[in-house]
Amino acid sequence: MSNKMHIKFTVNGKVEEFLAEPRELLIYTLRERLNITGPHIGCETSHCGACSVTIDGKSVKACTMFAVQADGADITTIEGIGGPDDLHPLQNAFKEHHGLQCGYCTPGMITRATKLLEENPNPTEEEIRFGMAGNICRCTGYQNIIKAIQHAAAEMNAAKEAAE
Amino acid sequence: MIPAAFEYYRPKDMASVLSLLEEHGDDARVMAGGHSLIPMMKLRMADVPHLIDLQDIDGLSEIEIGADTIKIGAMVTQMDLISHEGLADAAPILRETALQIADPQVRYMGTVGGNVANGDPGNDMPGLMQCLDATMSVIGPDGARDILAREFYEAAYMTAREDDEVLTSVTIPRPKGGHAYEKQKRKIGDYATAAAAVQIVKENGVCTSASIAMTNLSDIPIHSPDAEAALVGTAVDDAAIKAAMQAMLGDIDPNEDNRGPVAFKNHVAGVILRRAIERAWSRA
Ligand SMILES: Cc1cc2nc3c(=O)[nH]c(=O)nc-3n(C[C@H](O)[C@H](O)[C@H](O)COP(=O)(O)OP(=O)(O)OC[C@H]3O[C@@H](n4cnc5c(N)ncnc54)[C@H](O)[C@@H]3O)c2cc1C
Repeated sequence: MSNKMHIKFTVNGKVEEFLAEPRELLIYTLRERLNITGPHIGCETSHCGACSVTIDGKSVKACTMFAVQADGADITTIEGIGGPDDLHPLQNAFKEHHGLQCGYCTPGMITRATKLLEENPNPTEEEIRFGMAGNICRCTGYQNIIKAIQHAAAEMNAAKEAAE
Repeated sequence: MIPAAFEYYRPKDMASVLSLLEEHGDDARVMAGGHSLIPMMKLRMADVPHLIDLQDIDGLSEIEIGADTIKIGAMVTQMDLISHEGLADAAPILRETALQIADPQVRYMGTVGGNVANGDPGNDMPGLMQCLDATMSVIGPDGARDILAREFYEAAYMTAREDDEVLTSVTIPRPKGGHAYEKQKRKIGDYATAAAAVQIVKENGVCTSASIAMTNLSDIPIHSPDAEAALVGTAVDDAAIKAAMQAMLGDIDPNEDNRGPVAFKNHVAGVILRRAIERAWSRA
C-alpha cells in the first residue's frame, strides 16, 4: 500500500473530494467511489471506449488514467450530458434512430460524440467514422450510430441557427 | 487490472523531476500521457514504485516553427500535432503520421516525447523522426545534451537516453519536397504491420534527395540510406522504386508475430514503401 493522496476535481459540475491510492484508476473512482456508473468498463485495456469521459476538453478513456492525474480537472460523464427528462440531442437521436441495441457502449459513444460535434459541428460520414474510431459497438454494425450522429448534428445546427 | 502500488509525484519544475529521478534511481519513471505506460503497469509488465507525472512542467508543450527548424516540446500531444495550423503547412508529414496513430481518445493523451522515448518498435514517431533526421534533446543531472534520432534507438525499449535523463524536445530541420507516411494496420488503433516514412525532393523531374525510414520491422526503427541512394539521381521510375524496396528489405529484420510470418511482413514492407514513395513523389 502506498500513501493515500488528497484528490479534488469536478464531475458534472459538482466538486468531489476524497483520499485515494495513486493506483486507483479514474473509471473505478467514478463508478465505485462516486456511484457515477454511466461510464462502463468494456475491455479495460484502452481499446473499446465504453469508459470514455471528457476531461478538460479532451475525450479520454477513464480506464487509462489514474484519478490522481485528474486532480484539479473538470470531468463530464454521460450523466452530465443529459438525463431522462432532458435528453441531449445526441441521446434523443440515438433513441430515435436505433443507435444502440444492448446499450453497453452507448454512454461512451455519446460522450465521445459530444466532443466530436463540438470540434466538427458538420461532419461527413467518413469524419464520423474516423472520429468515433475509439469506440467499439458489437451490436449495431455502426450504421445507425452514424445516422444518429448525423441527425443530432443537423438538429443542433438548426437550433443554433434559430437562436442566432 | 489494477497496477501495483506506487508513490505519485507531480512536480512543478524540471529540477524537482531530476532530483526525484536521482533519489529513486531505477525505481522511478516519468509519465507523459500514460497511454503506453499505464497499460504496461496494469498488466504488471512495468513496475514503477515512483511515478513522476510531467503534466505540470512548463515549457514542454510548445511547437516552435522557425525559419530552418521546427521544435516540438516533449509534452505536445498527437492531437496538438493534428490541430496546429502552421505545422500542417510547414511539416505535413507530422499530421499525416499522427492521424494514423491509435484512435481519437488516445491521441488527446499520447505525446511526442512519450512516443519517441518509449522505445517500443511499434511506435510510429521514432521511424518518422529518423526520416526527418530529428534531434532529441534531453536533460539530466549533468545538464542538457542532444542525440540524433538516427542514433537514439539501441534495442526494443532501450534508447540512448539515460534513466536519469528526461526528454524535453524534438527538433527537425524543416522538411523539403513531398512527403508520405504510409501504414498497414489490421484495424484503427493497431500498431503497424509495416509503415514507411518518406520525404523526397524533386528538381527538374529528378530526385535530388530522399529520406526513408521504416516502422515495426525490426526491434528498432530502420533508417535506410541504401534505399535513399537507390532513388537519388533517378526519375523515381519503377526500376528505381524496385531497387529502393530491395535495399530496404536488406535492412529490416521483422519477427513473426500475430501480425504475420516474416515472408508476409517483408511483402507488406515492400508494398508500403512503394506506396509511400509514389505518394511522396507525386507531392514533390
Ligand atoms: C489503444 C492504443 C493504441 C495505440 N496505437 C498506437 C499506434 O498505432 N502507434 C503509436 O505510435 N502508438 C500507439 N499507441 C501508443 C500511444 O501513442 C502512446 O500514448 C505513446 O506511445 C506514448 O506516449 P505517452 O505520452 O502516452 O507516454 P507514456 O505512456 O507516459 O510514457 C511512455 C514511456 O516513455 C517514457 N517517457 C514519457 N515521456 C518522457 C520524457 N519526456 N522523457 C523521458 N521519458 C519519457 C515513460 O517513462 C515511459 O517509459 C497506442 C496506445 C493505445 C492505448
